[in-house]
Amino acid sequence: MKPPDFTYHAPETVPDVLGLLATLENARLLAGGQSLMPMLAMRFAFPDHVIDLNRVAALGFIEHHGATLRIGAMTRQRDLLNHPAIRRHVPLLTEALAHVGHRQTRNRGTIGGSLCHLDPAAELVSVATALDAVIEIAGPSGTRDVPMAAFPLGYMTPSIGPDELVTAIRIPLPPAGHGAGFLEFSRRHGDFAIVSAAALLTRNSSGRIASAVITLGGVGAVPLRLAEAEASLIGETPTAPAFARAAAAARGIDAMEDALIPAWYRTRLAVTLTGRALAAAAARLS
Amino acid sequence: MLTQAGVIGRSVPRLEDAPLVRGNGLFAADVNFPRQLAMRVVRSQVAHGTLRTIDIAAAQVLPGVIAVWTHADVADIPPIPFRATKLQGLEPYCQPILANRRVRYVGEPIAVVFAETAYIAEDAADLVLPEIDDLPVVLDAKAPPSDFAPGMSTEPAVVRKEFGDVDAAFAAAFDTITLDLSVGRHSGVPLECRGAIARYDAAQDVLELHGTAKKQHWNRDEIARLLNRPPHGVHLFEGHVGGGFGVRGELYPEDLLVCLAALRLGRPVKWIEDRREHMLATNHSREQQHQVRAAIDADGRLLAIDAVFWHDQGAYVRTHGARVADLAAAMLPGPYRLPAYRVAGHFRLTNKTPAATYRAPGRFETTFVRERLMDAIAARLNLSPIELRRRNLIASAEMPHPRPLDALGTDVVLDSGDYAGLLDRALVRIGWNALQTTLQRRRAAGERVGAGLGFFVEKSGLGPSDGVRISIDHTGGVELVSGAASVGQGVETVLAQIAADTLGVEYRRIRVVRGRTDRIEFGNGAHASRVTVMSGSATHLAAQAIRAMALATAAPLLQARPEELTLANGHVARLDAAGIGLMSLAEVARHMGPGSKLMIGRTPGLTAERWFYSDHMTYPYGVHIAVVRLDEGTGQVRVERYLVAYDVGRAVNPMLVEGQIAGGVAQGLGGALFEEFRYDATGQPLSTTFADYLIPTVSEIPELDVLITEDAPSPLNPLGVKGAGEGGINGVGAAIAAAVDDALGRPGAITALPILPTTVHGLLHA
Amino acid sequence: MPDHHTITLLLNGIPHTIAVEPRRTLIDAIREDCGATGTHTGCEHGVCGACTVLLDGEPIRSCLMFAVQADNRQIRTVEGLADGATLHRMQQAFIDHHALQCGYCTPGFLMLAVSLLEANPNITDDALRDGLSSNLCRCTGYVNILRAVRAVAAELRA
Repeated sequence: MKPPDFTYHAPETVPDVLGLLATLENARLLAGGQSLMPMLAMRFAFPDHVIDLNRVAALGFIEHHGATLRIGAMTRQRDLLNHPAIRRHVPLLTEALAHVGHRQTRNRGTIGGSLCHLDPAAELVSVATALDAVIEIAGPSGTRDVPMAAFPLGYMTPSIGPDELVTAIRIPLPPAGHGAGFLEFSRRHGDFAIVSAAALLTRNSSGRIASAVITLGGVGAVPLRLAEAEASLIGETPTAPAFARAAAAARGIDAMEDALIPAWYRTRLAVTLTGRALAAAAARLS
Repeated sequence: MLTQAGVIGRSVPRLEDAPLVRGNGLFAADVNFPRQLAMRVVRSQVAHGTLRTIDIAAAQVLPGVIAVWTHADVADIPPIPFRATKLQGLEPYCQPILANRRVRYVGEPIAVVFAETAYIAEDAADLVLPEIDDLPVVLDAKAPPSDFAPGMSTEPAVVRKEFGDVDAAFAAAFDTITLDLSVGRHSGVPLECRGAIARYDAAQDVLELHGTAKKQHWNRDEIARLLNRPPHGVHLFEGHVGGGFGVRGELYPEDLLVCLAALRLGRPVKWIEDRREHMLATNHSREQQHQVRAAIDADGRLLAIDAVFWHDQGAYVRTHGARVADLAAAMLPGPYRLPAYRVAGHFRLTNKTPAATYRAPGRFETTFVRERLMDAIAARLNLSPIELRRRNLIASAEMPHPRPLDALGTDVVLDSGDYAGLLDRALVRIGWNALQTTLQRRRAAGERVGAGLGFFVEKSGLGPSDGVRISIDHTGGVELVSGAASVGQGVETVLAQIAADTLGVEYRRIRVVRGRTDRIEFGNGAHASRVTVMSGSATHLAAQAIRAMALATAAPLLQARPEELTLANGHVARLDAAGIGLMSLAEVARHMGPGSKLMIGRTPGLTAERWFYSDHMTYPYGVHIAVVRLDEGTGQVRVERYLVAYDVGRAVNPMLVEGQIAGGVAQGLGGALFEEFRYDATGQPLSTTFADYLIPTVSEIPELDVLITEDAPSPLNPLGVKGAGEGGINGVGAAIAAAVDDALGRPGAITALPILPTTVHGLLHA
Repeated sequence: MPDHHTITLLLNGIPHTIAVEPRRTLIDAIREDCGATGTHTGCEHGVCGACTVLLDGEPIRSCLMFAVQADNRQIRTVEGLADGATLHRMQQAFIDHHALQCGYCTPGFLMLAVSLLEANPNITDDALRDGLSSNLCRCTGYVNILRAVRAVAAELRA
């Protein structure tokens, strides 16, 4: 399980990265390496060139402006997990990050790497979907913004051109007082989730639900927003019966299937975890 | 200071640990020789097919590649033989070291590359292109037998054992119970993958093999025979071994390939298995389907068991022959009085990685089967599982209890035990009655919780013999050379404790040599929980001999009679004044040196080699109790508490015994709930990484309590010891299944291991 | 032959200048090029944690990083724990509590445990379990590893 041979590039600026992408054939970007390295070790990937982003200092930052959080693509998952402003304003992200791999992998893994790898069960992919994040992409003709809802083109296929680079993620902060919950199920602690559920709730002055977000990871090729269930919760009191009705909406999901996990089981997990994520979110409303 | 008599039975720190915590271990991958080549095995990616051609041209010309071999290059090497349980007719099913015209499982070696580095060797292996025509695959051992080869069935043998009049018992029975049960395919999967490093020393005409484990002497003899060399021209060395569990140290194709290459290519050759290879190439284990029937009387007493099982051997018969099937057949009756028994074990070849032993082979499987059966009988008669077992356990007054059966070529005689006594102690220890009250209260509050137990008899101390040589040098240093091996279980410490107890020296001063064929002529290695019993007893005998020699030599010099003297603190002392050393062991050794006039005409040296022989195994026993909680939403089984009560006869080092138990429990939880080698319908393996094959982490481990008892010392050896290596894993599948049944409130619901969340979810919502 | 990069690994405070192919993993460079074989390879795909080392003080899996990426970085391995004849208290605790059997996973567990307690000696028991769950052990059943690390944590808090 030794990686195949490649030529290594370690640019230090975004323009240099874009320059390499424009000229090199069959190049792969190396972010934290926590997904790419195993793929190389198992020889599932054979790049001729590896462009290492770890020396591009401009890609590692966490900025908090008004109602927006802006995160550089090469920011380590550990730094996000430990960031006090994120913990205070976007607790969903902090809660989800605690489930991302383990301490050793969070010390290397990056938010941009995880989003571009786009595993449908990955916590950060699901949470970015729940939070309506915006992906900033740099390319030869400038930068463009892609809303997270439009970022996945299909299973593990992000909307990034071969000459483009994700540079940052913008997250609009959920309103103060919102409640968030993130739950996932894996057979063994710390593994990739089979199914995950993220929920966000806000409440109006009469105590009824003003807005709701439910995102499921691991049931489809891309994270799934339960739009109907979200809408059905508005105006309800944030209590168990309402959550059970909303979670029941997950029963209709046509979940994906693989050799080890049948579709019906993913659907059942989706129902269970949706209910629990909503209850967790409700418990944190303030 | 810990000295002499009394060190047996104490939880002293291990001799092994200091280099290991400092990073100074010598594992297979740490062995390097100048000019060594790296070997890489090209493996079949097809489960069953005709191997038409292999194109090696591109690999051969890659810079850094020295050689590429296919079967034609090794056709003169016979297939790897088996050493155990030699049922007639198995020989044609042994594995060639490189596939010849037919591939039979994904992972089978079909070619091998030798190159300057491991990276280049892997690059070259990718360039080797086999052409394989698919053949139909066999993936279910219970399917009707087909052809392994023309005229050769995929069922080469049926293991049969029988005693009593089974048919009459069923005819007269009050009731009969029938169950269909299965155990999934899983295995030892040690953290260190295998490795083999061969070097030919032309100056001395010696072939060396490093990175070995478990069975050095047998492997040496076979390597010598297969390569047509004298055994004394082959030396096997054991460094540190990163876990054995049955799978490591068997003779595999890769061991022979590195040896052959070192001889032919004239350079040292190193092969280090990678993890994906390990999952495809190293022995699998466990997969069996069972159909079991019991005849009972009105009180639930067993009248007869009639069992049939199908053993999924995988693609070839490896070094164990039919051992697992044989043990399963012999050990199924367990701790219960059984007037009649009949078993047929269908030994079947399939297109999966070959299988052999994994810790508690044949017992993890059959304890699950037998204890499911006992639970089913209890449920049928509306008895508590405990009362049902009490009625059937063999009483201590019935010991020794012969079973008209053989296991591993020895007659089964349960040597000693107080089974009901251990059950009582276990129930007290876990607070069974209070536990039941708590569980009832929690169930009433909506929780899905339950408790269950599994009782079992282990076996240990397989003979026939083991030898130990102890020598004391002229500085008083003690060296103990054993034919045993170490797979990380603490062999050095245990043997040193046993020797120290008799020799009156500090156990830390004893250097234990093991796993080396150049230091002792014979050895039986480390397997079958045999080392403490066999090598421990030989150590005891050798130490007694040394003691007698030392006292006999010192007595005239001290103007005393030997029986007035003892050994203490590394000295000879008077029995009535043991604290006053009169002559050091170093001095005694010098008096026994080749230059000493005392030794004229005699063989010099304070050294003794002694052998311990045994023709019967010794049978420890235990009970596992599990408490589980089920998650209704996900079907997850959470193990909350776990107790192992185990009678080990006598514990040389209780801390190490508990360590063995704790490690076994974790592996057992793996087999009961997480681990499985799965295949798709075409025979492609689905569990080839640590992300797919789920070894438990610390988060899956419950609160564990271990109760070690010494109620029934073995009468078969001078120390009274029984093996401790396999009692931790044996009963886990049984206990967890019973606890999950209890939590479900549905006796008999669990019929297969591992217990998957999908299964539990289905049962919860059926 | 592929191009080699000359890099310097600051291994337990000692600079090792080595020439490596870019594809060489950090674990292979530490073991094969620097000769520090105390760090072990368990899976080479980032699951078992046997290859855990500290990179600039933080635990990482050294199979999931290329050696060229560690040029001029501080790397701490099991060989750097003891102070001469005096074992690190975590090493001693592993011996005292029988937290190792075959010893293969031990260097990775030692580095992980040391980093967890260096980061937070007041770590909760849940966080400790969560932190240790990243590494696999096949011999001990983890019971004694937990005991050893808890004992060191208690010592540090006292």
